[in-house]
Amino acid sequence: MMPVKVRIPTPLMKLTANQSEVTAEGNTISEILNNLDNQFSGIKERICEENGSPRRFINIYLNEEDIRFLDAEKTQVKDGDEISIIPAIAGGH
Amino acid sequence: MDFTDEQIERYSRHIILPEVGGVGQKKMLDARVLLIGAGGLGSPAALYLAAAGIGHLGIVDFDVVDLSNLQRQIIHNTERIGTLKTESAKQTILALNPDVEVTLFNERLTSQNIMRIFEGFDYVVDGTDNFATRYLINDACVMAGKTNIHGSIFRFEGQVTVFKPKEGPCYRCLYPEPPPPGLVPNCQEGGVLGVLAGVIGNLQVVETLKLVLGKGKPLIGTLLIYDALATEFRRLKLKRDVNCPVCGESPKITELIDYEEFCGVSR
Repeated sequence: MMPVKVRIPTPLMKLTANQSEVTAEGNTISEILNNLDNQFSGIKERICEENGSPRRFINIYLNEEDIRFLDAEKTQVKDGDEISIIPAIAGGH
Repeated sequence: MDFTDEQIERYSRHIILPEVGGVGQKKMLDARVLLIGAGGLGSPAALYLAAAGIGHLGIVDFDVVDLSNLQRQIIHNTERIGTLKTESAKQTILALNPDVEVTLFNERLTSQNIMRIFEGFDYVVDGTDNFATRYLINDACVMAGKTNIHGSIFRFEGQVTVFKPKEGPCYRCLYPEPPPPGLVPNCQEGGVLGVLAGVIGNLQVVETLKLVLGKGKPLIGTLLIYDALATEFRRLKLKRDVNCPVCGESPKITELIDYEEFCGVSR
């Protein structure tokens, strides 16, 4: 199991005790998300649909790349990788 | 059009830049930029676009200035509370730079009026505060071939990118549909560090000016994320989605949609 850095967006920081950066373990994005959910109960449900794919207003990036253009949830991760969870935000007023 | 002596002096710090010069300054004076929202992002954007000598600015907003806006909406001021934001913005812009021609649209953007308002503008600076309008702007920009300079803010975090039809992805390539109400933070619990609007709104201006000048590498296909608390900028790659419902190979969305506004109704 590889420990990787996961960047948590502001709207989900309530679930991670206000941490914007956490560590999770797993060999794929899917495993990382499950591991995150074990640490921060309920976070996976905020990120993913019931079938495990990210919600349509949230994207997951492995380093700079959107996992939708890699292997989606099956994308392999390796030591030193950084995962970013990026939801759509609308504010501007 | 030749520069007047006053213009040569006003824009001298631009004109001496090799990347701008007289030719670039002329391009700015000829440019037509539409600002959607004269709020947190729109205020700094309008001020710097006007100062730069963008010759024609359109401003869309239906709201009036409220005391709680002034923590970040620096184009307005205390005396203007209760007046239309468009009118207040125009006063500030003309006091700053009389070269700028300002067109006001005191209306809420809808599928019915957006194409009329877009007409005559080349660039759209999205400074709205709700998903309904952001999707409407995106779809209209794709359909009308306008470049959308997108910025959004939440608490201490901001996002900036440029959606240029055909050359790069659009908002729906990133996020095909707006989030359902309840799954995103509502505006009341939102809050924002006022100056964050300044940082992001001004980054939108930088991108707009680069596009107008045709210089540098605009943020097409790149999402810039700013984390004010960590003092960190991150760049993420954005790609066109061939299955995008509006700009993909076989678009499902061919008409503009008025989503129900569920966050950011007025102030």
